[in-house]
Amino acid sequence: MSTATTHHDDHHGDHPTGLARWLFSTNHKEIGSMYLIFSLLMFFVGGAMALVIRAELFAPGLQLVNPEFFNQMTTMHALVMIFGAVMPAFVGLANWMVPMMIGAPDMALPRMNNWSFWILPFAFTLLLATLFMPSGAPASGWTLYPPLSLQGGNSLAFVILAIHLMGISSIMGAINIIATILNMRAPGMTLLRMPLFVWTWLITAFLLIAVMPVLAGAVTMLLTDRFFGTSFFNAAGGGDPVLYQHIFWFFGHPEVYIMILPAFGIVSEIIPTFSRKPLFGYTSMVYATASIAFLSFIVWAHHMFTVGMPLGAMLFFMYATMIIAVPTGIKIFNWIATMWRGSMSFETPMLFALGFVVLFTIGGLSGVMLAIVPANFQYHDTYFVVAHFHYVLVTGAVYAIMAAVYYWLPKWTGYMYDEMLGKIHFWWSTIWVNVLFFPQHYLGLAGMPRRIPDYAVQFAEFNMISSIGGFMFGFGQLLFAYIIWKCVRGGEKATAQVWDGARGLEWTVPSPAPLHTFDTPPLVEDNVAVHRDKLT
Amino acid sequence: MKRTNELIVAIAVLAVISVITWGVFAVGDNMPRGVTTYAQDVYQLHNIVLGIVTVIGVLVFTAMFTSIVLHRRSKGFQAAKFSHSTRAEIIWTAIPVVILVVMAVPATRVLIDMENTAGAEMNIKITGYQWLWKYEYIEDDISFFSALDRDSNRARQLGSGINPRDVENYLLEVDNRLIVPVDTRIRFLLTADDVIHSWWVPELGWKRDAIPGMINEAWTLIEEEGVYRGQCAELCGADHGFMPIVVEAVSREAYAEWVAGQRQELADAAHDAARLWTREELMDHGSRIYQAQCASCHQDDGRGIEPAFPALVREGVPTGDLEHHLQTVLNGREGTAMTGFRDRLQPQDIAAAMTFARNAWTDEEGEVIQPSTIADLDQG
Repeated sequence: MSTATTHHDDHHGDHPTGLARWLFSTNHKEIGSMYLIFSLLMFFVGGAMALVIRAELFAPGLQLVNPEFFNQMTTMHALVMIFGAVMPAFVGLANWMVPMMIGAPDMALPRMNNWSFWILPFAFTLLLATLFMPSGAPASGWTLYPPLSLQGGNSLAFVILAIHLMGISSIMGAINIIATILNMRAPGMTLLRMPLFVWTWLITAFLLIAVMPVLAGAVTMLLTDRFFGTSFFNAAGGGDPVLYQHIFWFFGHPEVYIMILPAFGIVSEIIPTFSRKPLFGYTSMVYATASIAFLSFIVWAHHMFTVGMPLGAMLFFMYATMIIAVPTGIKIFNWIATMWRGSMSFETPMLFALGFVVLFTIGGLSGVMLAIVPANFQYHDTYFVVAHFHYVLVTGAVYAIMAAVYYWLPKWTGYMYDEMLGKIHFWWSTIWVNVLFFPQHYLGLAGMPRRIPDYAVQFAEFNMISSIGGFMFGFGQLLFAYIIWKCVRGGEKATAQVWDGARGLEWTVPSPAPLHTFDTPPLVEDNVAVHRDKLT
Repeated sequence: MKRTNELIVAIAVLAVISVITWGVFAVGDNMPRGVTTYAQDVYQLHNIVLGIVTVIGVLVFTAMFTSIVLHRRSKGFQAAKFSHSTRAEIIWTAIPVVILVVMAVPATRVLIDMENTAGAEMNIKITGYQWLWKYEYIEDDISFFSALDRDSNRARQLGSGINPRDVENYLLEVDNRLIVPVDTRIRFLLTADDVIHSWWVPELGWKRDAIPGMINEAWTLIEEEGVYRGQCAELCGADHGFMPIVVEAVSREAYAEWVAGQRQELADAAHDAARLWTREELMDHGSRIYQAQCASCHQDDGRGIEPAFPALVREGVPTGDLEHHLQTVLNGREGTAMTGFRDRLQPQDIAAAMTFARNAWTDEEGEVIQPSTIADLDQG
């Protein structure tokens, strides 16, 4: 077991205060906090856009916005939520927790860490500024498929530059995480003793480095097609519009797992803690994560079964996609086996983790349905797909992020959050998120295409239900912000251990975690420290 | 004792989850059964896979909630110590593999059938435009455009004041339906003129993208007469939601009659393009064409939505001189949403729409453009 760490700030030189403290910070905890606050802000910006969409879809007919603006909202909602809310939240969690979980004093490359974060506000200023430009924000969907995306105005250049900046930020963050995990582990923290959150982030970081440049290449070709007369994607000039989709989804599918693998890691930390039992099948969890990461590179074309591919290609992508169900299933079975005959308690982090397991599984099962090509010809580009990916991203990724925030908030602030409010937040969210997204399965099956601002009257009832769910879920998230605010301000003092079932190095430092932890590396002597059985 | 306890709770949990699942299926819609052979295959396949994943979900959640009910600290349950089992891992790897194979076999069979476009008795070329469809019957030499019908188009304008519920088949009706014979193996050739569209009629069991510069293939054999409605399924710009598809499947005899009727109309149209039209005729015809072809961007009042969709009229004066207007309408403007209508409309349609646009919103009498002028330009 590691020793609790002494902390003394004095030999770390000067500590700027006020704005300079945050602008120039190279501290993993401060940068982690900035990432998380930024992410929460973007969550509300993207959420507001979603509410515009749901308000317009509340009833048939156009009542609030014109179709062009509606398309801008769907596009911006996705870009903001993916690149602004979910990804930075995971990077923020990694910043805070990875060094503390492996017994490192900080990230390996602290100055680059500062830069990775501070790029983001500029990137999103560029992106959001397009809303106020004469030609408007991008309106061709977050996938930016040409030729449609090339029809827009000059704001496309801003969007592409913003995506480049986000990509640079992500790649630098990923490099930092890999360097930290591979070089800065405390003595005795072997790879197969690392907490699952660290493992999933290590694998995610490799995915990021592999695919963000692919996205950069795709959007750069869009840029030159639009502004410099090239014809990469212009059939009239000898190019191929489908080529873009192949490149985009070669990025896009691993990107989906970038947003879910760290969530798997979080849930794998929380379930053992509140089941008071070691994680079941640790090694198989690691291998399953690695398998999912590998498979993510060979399934991209399942996003585009309707573009007209050779039969052999469709069969390959169908089989490869179906195989993903195997490692994903292993994970779910392992989580349930962890709970089985545990001594469970149901604090807010556990509730969100359990909500994740149930609702992510629903999203995973509809994913299996989507893999079946002949049926995919019906499901593709309908609300069935919208329901599917919101189950895996909202009740999957976002739920895991919320679980993580509740789980580690006492460690960050030194105070317990308001448990009653946390539970209300969980139940409120869980009821309404299902009212929001479940009826969208029906809409898709009944024939409602996605990305339409208005619809035939037979879709009216389920759209109205979905919109009500959307507003209730959306406004309910203000409670989340309030709970965090309240916890930062004060509350019941948290102990170092915080949760009686928690294991791992982060729980050996005081709460709140001092600015500098593990100046002297702890010694990790057995597996128990990281939630594993003594014997393995 | 513990085992029995777990079994009883598991059965109770299973019952509760089954009831919830049944409720979820009872309130919702399912995929339409379809009216072609393989649409029904797709429907069956969908039901089989949906059934399998539902059973898996119910069993997984039963295990999970059984544990949640029983293994609680609040009930004084002491945590067990086990943390791995190679046998369990092998079992829950192997069983899903078997289930996946069970699903993959029929999926492969149906897909191979769907992708076999050989043996077509007739061919129809479908071209997607922003935001309407063009249908060309290759063998019967008929071609026409199919756009959202007038009533829906009026009602769907922002703040139209028209309740969509008062419009029959709101957003799912077109001006010209795709008429096809039943019991005929039809091959579709799909492409697009501007951006990517996707042609989808759920009752036919598939959708396929229409991509500029490429030709995709698909086939159907409709077994029941009827009217089948669908929509564009790939985001294609502002009016993506407003380019429906209506297929009317009729008997082979009725189809032959329809073809003969279309031939007659073609002959009439050729005559119309050559003759001299009155201002009233042009305005009347033009208002219809304008509604169908122009109003979605340039708006009912001709004022457009600047800057993407320019105004055609400012303070009662048509913008642009006649020559510029003609060039724009015939050839389109590169780099904008404005496509050329040279091949999309008959000369009398273009002449009428232009006459309408130059007269409808001004107090003065504007120019009248005769179909023959357009026809001459076309040849020139």
